[in-house]
Amino acid sequence: MDFSVLDAFIEKYKPQRGSLITILQEAQRIFGYLPVQLIEYIALKTGEKPAKIQGVATFYTQFRSQPVGKYLIMLCQGTACHVNGANVLYEALSNELGVSDGGTTKDGLFTLSTVACLGCCSLSPAMMINEKTYGKLTAETAVAAVRAIMGAEK
Amino acid sequence: MRVLVGRGSCGEAAGAHALQKLLQQKLLEEGCDIAVETAGCIGACFLEPIISVQDGDAFRDYVRVDNTAVEEIARMLCGKPNKASDYLMNCEDAQLLKKHPRIALRNCGRINPEAIQDYIAAGGYSDFTQKDILAEIKSSGLAGRGGAGFSTWFKWNAVRNSQGANKTVIVNADEGDPGAFMDRAILEGDPHSIIEGMLICAYAVGANEGIIYVRAEYPLAIARLKTAVKQAEEGGYIGKNCLPDFSFYVRIKEGAGAFVCGEETALIASLEGERGMPRLKPPFPAEKGYFGNPSNINNVETFANVPWIMQNGGAAFSAIGTQTSKGSKVFALTGKIKKGGLVEIPMGLTLRECIFDMGGGILGGKRFKAVQLGGPSGGCIPESLLDTVIDYKALSETGAIMGSGGMVVMDETTCMVNMARFFLDFTAKESCGKCTHCRIGTKRMLEILQRITDGGGREGDIEQLEELAACIKDGALCGLGQTAPNPVLTALRYFKDEFISHIRDKKCLAKECRALLTYIIDTEKCTGCTLCAKKCGAGAISGQLKNAHSIDNQKCTKCGVCARVCKFGAVKAE
Repeated sequence: MDFSVLDAFIEKYKPQRGSLITILQEAQRIFGYLPVQLIEYIALKTGEKPAKIQGVATFYTQFRSQPVGKYLIMLCQGTACHVNGANVLYEALSNELGVSDGGTTKDGLFTLSTVACLGCCSLSPAMMINEKTYGKLTAETAVAAVRAIMGAEK
Repeated sequence: MRVLVGRGSCGEAAGAHALQKLLQQKLLEEGCDIAVETAGCIGACFLEPIISVQDGDAFRDYVRVDNTAVEEIARMLCGKPNKASDYLMNCEDAQLLKKHPRIALRNCGRINPEAIQDYIAAGGYSDFTQKDILAEIKSSGLAGRGGAGFSTWFKWNAVRNSQGANKTVIVNADEGDPGAFMDRAILEGDPHSIIEGMLICAYAVGANEGIIYVRAEYPLAIARLKTAVKQAEEGGYIGKNCLPDFSFYVRIKEGAGAFVCGEETALIASLEGERGMPRLKPPFPAEKGYFGNPSNINNVETFANVPWIMQNGGAAFSAIGTQTSKGSKVFALTGKIKKGGLVEIPMGLTLRECIFDMGGGILGGKRFKAVQLGGPSGGCIPESLLDTVIDYKALSETGAIMGSGGMVVMDETTCMVNMARFFLDFTAKESCGKCTHCRIGTKRMLEILQRITDGGGREGDIEQLEELAACIKDGALCGLGQTAPNPVLTALRYFKDEFISHIRDKKCLAKECRALLTYIIDTEKCTGCTLCAKKCGAGAISGQLKNAHSIDNQKCTKCGVCARVCKFGAVKAE
């Protein structure tokens, strides 16, 4: 991985105090996740200690230390989704993809991730795949949405 | 005549974007030159997708719009024979929408959030510099809508009186309460109201910097905020010398996902690029906040009320509500409710009025069991307390809290022990780890609740839960920890019988806890269609075609698929 594409961004934000999270967000946007080498690179460029950056990166749920699939399935675990059967969706998707929470399929296409409330409670149970929201799901429609993506990718 | 398509996140998920394109295309085909504009959500999420037609001050809302409806609406707009009225919102829903005055949601779904001129036409960015801002906010009685209900005037006044340069106004748009989404709707539907609210606050307290801390999980809200900030800068409403001898700069900061950042000192730590961990107060942020400077933090809904108060006066706001809680409040009605979405109601209505009148009651003819208020810091209120008025004080007395306004309605199929476990799972994960009681105590409580729902409940568990709850409340530094035991304590207070039946009888009355269920097939009702046997992933169901089937409980994983697929109601859980 060529981390230098991040240089201009770091240069821009380095003078602003407290912009470490912003830099990490951009780094993850470009590289998909934050491997240790990338954290060390950011440390070198910003002058922060790698341990501190690692500490911040592991504190927030947004940051990942492992790569994710092309499609990130964020399955909502909010209260409304819980009441309306989010666990049934989890089982169906987990079964369909053969992975458990946080896992990525062998072909690298999907990562299944349970997340805190997505704020789409009126659509519960809901999930987001990349930036698209799917609402009022049943086990069958959730699996169908995933299969549609599988079909399109073939 | 204007045409607006409801494109909040809920509308988008229901396909509003495609419908907007289709309507525009149909209008072109019919030869009509009418722009189809974007709007936020009017709150009636259960009726999405919604297309609204504005004629003067009046709106006609077309609901549950599909492709056919779009064609009819296009014909109606072009003055051709049509059946568009088939899709009009029914009278009952339309009256509910108008029943109570809308303050925080006043513009949501009624203006184009991406057009500053719409906001201005609705009375926005009017001159407030001649008014005594703090006096108006004080007389309004506005209290923080994020959960704690602290006096807004008191906070602002403290920041104004605080010595120190570089004062900062911060918007807490890190709406993390599961079950609440009013802030998202306001950000998506009326972002300028937040910017103006910040500006008024900044002018009153003498701050020149504004930061909106918004959840990264709200991409649409972020996009609309960015547009709004840019437009406000270009229009000279914020930025250098936006008011006489006054400059105010606004920027947006994306949160990275940590529920504890809703606590103001944790939010400030996060803004400073640190781990979002709370610290001891005092000093309060009003004295030492963002990078040690005096800072004022309010949540989105609080700021949305501010421009309205400036335009209509503090007295008009305090005329609404109860003795101790002024104005109106937005609630998110979700769960097992017929009319899910956002409602804005005056303080002082009862929970029953909110859930049954505004929300239409319980889905599917089931029986109301409880309403969860205040998310992981709140509690479940039973049917016997449905006539409690919505007021900070009255709700606190039930053991729940007003919170940010999430109301998750539950029916007889929701297990309250599992619900308590659900919230502890949430707080145990979201505890930042700073305080031992919160970090370890929530985990121990979760373990006990997990064991009870898994069928391993023991005598003494309830007492131990109560003891741990008291320790966590005493030993935690911030609101997250201090309130984390509330969902368990209210469940124990109102639904103790469910705990006892789990622990002693190993039965889940709501039939939700799988480990405590046994699936059986009613041989009278079973037609031997073989569907359940085909769907059973564990191979636990056997039987001949057209003969009653049976379930081998040794093999059964209790996934419940047999009960869901059976068309004859022959599979029962006991």
